[in-house]
Formats: sequence, C-alpha cells, structure tokens
Amino acid sequence: MKTHPHTGPVVPVGVYVAVFAALLILTAMTTAAAFHDLGPMNNVVALGIAALKATLVVLFFMHVRYGTRLIPLVVAAGLFWLVILIALSLTDYLTRGWLGVPGR
Amino acid sequence: MAADARAVVAHHFDSPDQQREAASLGMWVFLVTEVMFFGGLFLAYVVYRGSFPHAFAAASRELDIVLGTTNTALLLASSLTMALAVRAAQLGRRLPLVVFLALTMALGSVFLGIKMYEYHHKFVEGLFPGAAFRFSGPEAPHAEMFFCLYFAMTGLHALHMVIGLGVLAVMLVLGARGRFGPLYHNPVECAGLYWHFVDIVWIFLFPLLYLVGRHA
Amino acid sequence: MVALPSETGIPPKVHYLNADYGIRSWLLTTDHKRIGILYLISITFFFAIGGLMAVLIRMELATPEGDLFQSDTYNRLFTMHGIMMIFFFLIPSIPAVLGNFLIPIMVGARDLAFPRLNLFSWYLFNIAGLFTIWALVHGGVDTGWTFYTPYSTRYSNTHVIATALGIFIAGFSSILTGLNFVVTIHRMRAPGLGWFRLPLFVWSLYATSLIFILGTPVLAITLLLLAAERVFGIGIFDPSLGGDPLLFQHLFWFYSHPAVYIMVLPAMGVVSEIVPAFARKKIFGYRFIAYASVALAVLGFLVWAHHMFVAGMSIYAATVFSALSMLVAVPSAVKVFNWTATLYQGSISWDTPMLYALGFIGLFTMGGLTGVMLATLGIDVHVHDTYFIIAHFHYIMVGGAIMGYLGGLHYWWPKITGKLYPRFWSRISAMVIFIGFNVTFFPQFILGYLGMPRRYHAYPPEFQVLNVMSSAGATILGVGYLIPLIYFIWSMRYGRHASSNPWGVVGLEWETTSPPPTENFETPPVVTRGPYEYSRSEEVADGR
Ligand SMILES: [Cu+2]
Repeated sequence: MKTHPHTGPVVPVGVYVAVFAALLILTAMTTAAAFHDLGPMNNVVALGIAALKATLVVLFFMHVRYGTRLIPLVVAAGLFWLVILIALSLTDYLTRGWLGVPGR
Repeated sequence: MAADARAVVAHHFDSPDQQREAASLGMWVFLVTEVMFFGGLFLAYVVYRGSFPHAFAAASRELDIVLGTTNTALLLASSLTMALAVRAAQLGRRLPLVVFLALTMALGSVFLGIKMYEYHHKFVEGLFPGAAFRFSGPEAPHAEMFFCLYFAMTGLHALHMVIGLGVLAVMLVLGARGRFGPLYHNPVECAGLYWHFVDIVWIFLFPLLYLVGRHA
Repeated sequence: MVALPSETGIPPKVHYLNADYGIRSWLLTTDHKRIGILYLISITFFFAIGGLMAVLIRMELATPEGDLFQSDTYNRLFTMHGIMMIFFFLIPSIPAVLGNFLIPIMVGARDLAFPRLNLFSWYLFNIAGLFTIWALVHGGVDTGWTFYTPYSTRYSNTHVIATALGIFIAGFSSILTGLNFVVTIHRMRAPGLGWFRLPLFVWSLYATSLIFILGTPVLAITLLLLAAERVFGIGIFDPSLGGDPLLFQHLFWFYSHPAVYIMVLPAMGVVSEIVPAFARKKIFGYRFIAYASVALAVLGFLVWAHHMFVAGMSIYAATVFSALSMLVAVPSAVKVFNWTATLYQGSISWDTPMLYALGFIGLFTMGGLTGVMLATLGIDVHVHDTYFIIAHFHYIMVGGAIMGYLGGLHYWWPKITGKLYPRFWSRISAMVIFIGFNVTFFPQFILGYLGMPRRYHAYPPEFQVLNVMSSAGATILGVGYLIPLIYFIWSMRYGRHASSNPWGVVGLEWETTSPPPTENFETPPVVTRGPYEYSRSEEVADGR
C-alpha cells in the first residue's frame, strides 16, 4: 500500500478483488445454508454471515482498516445505538406475556 | 502549503488533509444517521417476526430467491467497481475513474430493473398490502405485515440507490472534466462510502427477507 | 453598580455584520455567525406562534367551563403549542443560534466544517416551518404533539401528514447541524486546544449533537411510516395486521425522550459558562461536568419507556426503565453540585446572565427532582396524564431550557451585535420571568396532584383558583418575554458599543473584537491554557 502525502490510503487492486470473491462465496454459503433446516441456527448463520460480509465491506471497501482511529469509533457508536434501540425494546416484547394479564 | 494544494482547499480549512478528514468524518457520521434511520424498520421487523414466525416464513417463500441472489451479487460487484473508481480518483487516472463509475451505475441500474420486475410480479400476484391483498397461506394478515415491511424496507433501499445513482452521475461528469486527483477526491470518496453503505443494507435485507423460510 | 471602564469600546471598522450589505449577502451567507442570526429570527417567529397558542390555552383555562373554544379547537391549540415550541423553538434554540455563532469561535476556527450545509439546514428548517404553518392555517392537527397511533393513522381528520412532513424536514435540519458540530469539534480545533481545554459549552453541544445524530433519524423513519400508513390506509402499526401501536410509542420516545436533553444540555452548557464568569472563579469539577454531559446524552437513550408505563407495556420492562430513569439524576446532580461549588466563595456579580443562570439551577433542580418522582412506577401511575406532568416538563423546558437560552443570549449579545443592552431593564425582566414562571407552573403541580387531567378544555370548578393563578402567572411571564425583545431591538440601534470583553472574563470568544471579523480572529489563535483560568483573577477582574 503506497500513500501520497495527501491521497489517503491507496489499496492494491488485488485486495479489492479478493474481498469481492470472499463476498460472493459468503453469499453462496448463506443461500445454501438457508435450504437446510438447522433449527434456531438458521438465524445465527444467516445473520453471522451477513455481519461478516458487512465487516469486509466496511474494513476494505470503505477503508476503515486504513484510516484514523476515530472512524471505527463512529461505526461502533452507530452499532451500539442500534443495539440499544432493539434490545431495550425487546425487554418489553419478550416479557409482555409473563404476567398472564392482558395489557401487562 | 503548496500552490496546487491551496487551489483545492476551502478558505476555512488549513490543509488538504484537514479538509479530506473532515469530509470523510462527516460522511461517516451521516452514515450513522442512516443506520438509525433503517434501524427503526429493523426493530419493527424483529418485533413482528418474533411475534409471527410462521407467517413470516410462509410469506418469505413467495419471494423469488433466484432474483434476490442475483441482485445480491450485482450489488456486491457494483461495490467492487465503486472501490476501484475511488482508487482511480485517488491516483488521478481519469479514464479508469469514468469507466468504473459508469460500470457501477450500470450494475446499480440492473439491480433496480430486477427490483422493479419483482415489484411488478408482487402487484400482479396480489401481494401488495392493501385492499387487493390475496394470500392463500395461513395467517394472511400477518403475512400482509411481512409484505408491508418488505415493501417499506426494499422501497427505502431502492430510493437510496436512486439517490446514489444521481450522485454518481454528478461524479461522472466532474470526473470526466478532470476535477479529481491525488489532492482532491473527497466527493468521489464520500459517494463511494454512501454506495457501500447501501450495499451493506442489502447484505442484511437479503437474508432477512429472502432466506427466512427456505428450509421448510 | 458603576459601569466598568472596559465595558464600552470602539467597534472595529470591518466586522462580519458590515463586511457585506444587502439581503442577498444574508440569504446566501455561509458565515456561521450570520446563519446563527438567521436562526435567531426564525425561532423567535416560531416562539411567537407557539406563545400565542399558550395564551389562548391559558385564556380558556381561566374558567372551568369550556366557554372560549370547542374541545376540537382546544385539541388543535395544545397540539400546535407543543409542536411549535418543541420542534421549532426549543430544539433549535441554543444549538442553532448560540452554538452556530460560538462553536467555531470557541474552537478557534474560521467557520464550521461545512458552511454551505449549515446554510442549507437553515433553509430546510424554514421549509419545515412553512409546512407546519400551512397545516396550522388549514385547520391544524389534533393528535397532540406525540402523534399516537392508531388515532393519528386512522381516525384523526386533521392535517397529520403535512405536520409530520414538517417535523421530518426539521429533523434533517437538526441532523445536519449536529453533524456539522461534531466534525467541527473533532477536526477544526486550534493548535493547542485539546479536548480538556474546550469550554464546557462546547462539550455540552457535542453531547447534544450526538443525540441529534443518533436519535433524530429514528423519529424521521417513525413519522415516515406514520404518513405512509395514513396514505395507504395500511401499515406496520395497524392492529388489524397484528401491528402493535406500542411499537410506535417505543420508536417515538426513543427520540423524544433524548430530545429533552437536546433542550436542556445546551442550557447546562450556557450555565457552565456563565457561573464561573460571574463568580470570577475557575469552574469546580471541570472534567466531571464534561463527562456528565456525555453521560446524560448516553443515559438519555436508555429510559424512553417511562412515558409508556400505563400504556400496556410489560410491567417487567417498566421496572427496568424505571430504574434506568432514576440513573439520569446522577449526572444531573453532578452538574448542579459543581455549579454550586463554583459559586462557593466566588466574588459574585449579579449581572443579568447570572440571574438567568441561577434561575436555571433552581428551576432545573425542581424539574429534575419531580422527574425522579415520575420515574417511580407507583407515583407515575397516579399522576400520569395530569397537570403534574405538565408542570414537571415545563420546569425542565421553560424553567431550564428557556432560562438557559435567555441567559446565553444576554451573555453573548454584546459579542454578537457589538452593542450593550440596558442593564436595569434586563435585570427587571429576568426577575419578572422568574416570578411569572413560578406563578404559572407551580400551581400546576398541585392541580395535577389533586387529579386535574391534561388536554381538557373544561375542568371541575374546585380547580379554578389554581388555574386562575396559573393564567395570571402566564400573563406576567408573557410580559417578561416581551421586555427583552424590546430592549434587544432597541440596543441594536441605540445601544452603546461593547468592548471586546465587556464582562471582563476569559474565553476565546472574548479575545476577538465585538462583533468579530468574518474570519473570527485577526490572527489564528494558539491556545496555551485551559478555560476558566481565573487564577489571575485580580488582574482579569476589575477590583470592584
Ligand atoms: Cu422522558
């Protein structure tokens, strides 16, 4: 990886192509896995592979691997708040039936 | 600061580096807002899929997996060409920049074409939510909820792609005029970040919408 | 008190206000200082509309019978009062006016990172306001500012879509403002200006911007889904498809609870500037206040369902949210204690900004403590949807946020306009506002505790005494708000010229001229010390 003083990271073409190949393979894997009944693992595999693909895109295509430390922090903040939104909402939805009283 | 650098740096920045880093941080912060924007829909999906797992699986089987997988591959390929376009801009290579931007736009357009074809089919089959909704499986109202989410999520994604195509068209014109080079390519870089983000949204939409009920 | 010799000064020949003339130079400006003034004009206009609604509400409530308005009209009045005041006045108030003006100066930059985006967000804000005013003129909205489904999607016959779009667009404007602030604070700080040398006002606006960025998009998608459901007659909150109206409330409050911190955090930032300035003392516990701002921004996102305790959510989740809500008291109390400790043994001068800051501390404390009461499940069930709630959040939003805004405006007005306003009248108005506020809203605590429900245009006669008190207080408050409007406008033409540092305080903004030049500083500043360095106070202050 060579850098001009003001260019930012210039990533070799080979890295991009390798990432693209990995993304295609992962797509094939997730589609194939969906046709097998793995029980609850179906969700884990589907979301795990999606997360892996997203990570590859973020790290390489979006240059997070090569940039300043601030950018990963920004990404992490975004994900963390998304988790807050979903997880705290689920505290309601997952426990709503526990009391057996409608509306409680 | 060298004279050529001063020409591309806005008055309130001290250096091309500061300008570039500000632009890319700004774009990333914007993408975080996009994550939260889609996040509301993802929460709705999680809540309703948790409530109606069987209806969601049955409704998901109505989607065309061949078209969905093809579109995924197309979008991934467009991300590759986008990354290469940014690289060309960084190196100041005008012709590759234009070619890769055009390729990215072409791939994105094919994606949208396929998406329109799918939408059209769903309309014809009576799977668009509303008075004309027809669903033969069990729990038809809950399947209708799946399709509400399907159209909301893919529709919003498609809207983002249309905006992305507009942005790329502008980059194409500017790039063809030779506006970008090693010292100044933030616009292409930011457009690229946006395009990759749209790709990532699809990376999640694909399994959540298309793959839910395949094994049953 | 005798005017200080250093208070008045000779204005610079060329500054940002006279560097360029004509309406075009204002409407197409990318100068953050001018954009701050454009915002000031816009939000004053929206405040007037929201205030007018408040006047009408208090007039109706002066008598127990619903004799002035139909209940339908009353519904529209309180809805529009809430929407105007929250989305078009309180949320943009300190950030878009004072933040816009001060952040670049306080970090020693020539402008915000994205000046054109800044102007764009002002235009968005006004377009949003026009949408909402269009809806208002054509009959208004009656859903309450909260737009609860299914009433808003299915039953209401008022202009829900136009108003929702207005708020949607206003949301984009605040997102862009927050984005601009974050990037500016990260990337544009002057040499030597590390994070812990930033003024606390900048810290508090950084925290506010985090909420803009992370919360507003969720409101945007929620309103978009709401509008779509109204258009198509079907959607994801629709119970007939198994949709859950409570999901709307979750999404809505995920933004709208943190929005309270959008309003109050900047006011806290203002107070953190004013208190050390007029106590002539270094602020006590700088790092604690800075971290408390960020903690409030984060904790603010963990408590939203306390608005839904009686709406049918899970009682177990309600317990979790109740406990988390009480945690918010910790960083809030940290700030109050630190301000108080700063006052201790300070040489305090009772200038107008200080009066507002002290008013803020008292009123915010009352609003905050009643907030802890409301976070308690048992009490919340008892006083939910009563005037107790109304009083509580007006103590935070009016007693807190508006006091902070006015305090900041009085503190930095000489810097913004280069003119001094009359000291006597400004002190009088600060007192009038404080008294008027308490007479208006304290009776509402009692009314609520006695069980008077909110959002009704009529009430049982036994509540009349307290309601008349409240209406009378509102009149005093209204007069209190008019006085500054008059003398601020007066001062622009007739006020004496302010020196570059009329208060004799420290801070980067006081090291440049009043008003500042277009690029903020004649020579780019280099920072060599922290903020609030009053250790040499004998020289800096004036020996009064
Ligand atoms: Cu709240």
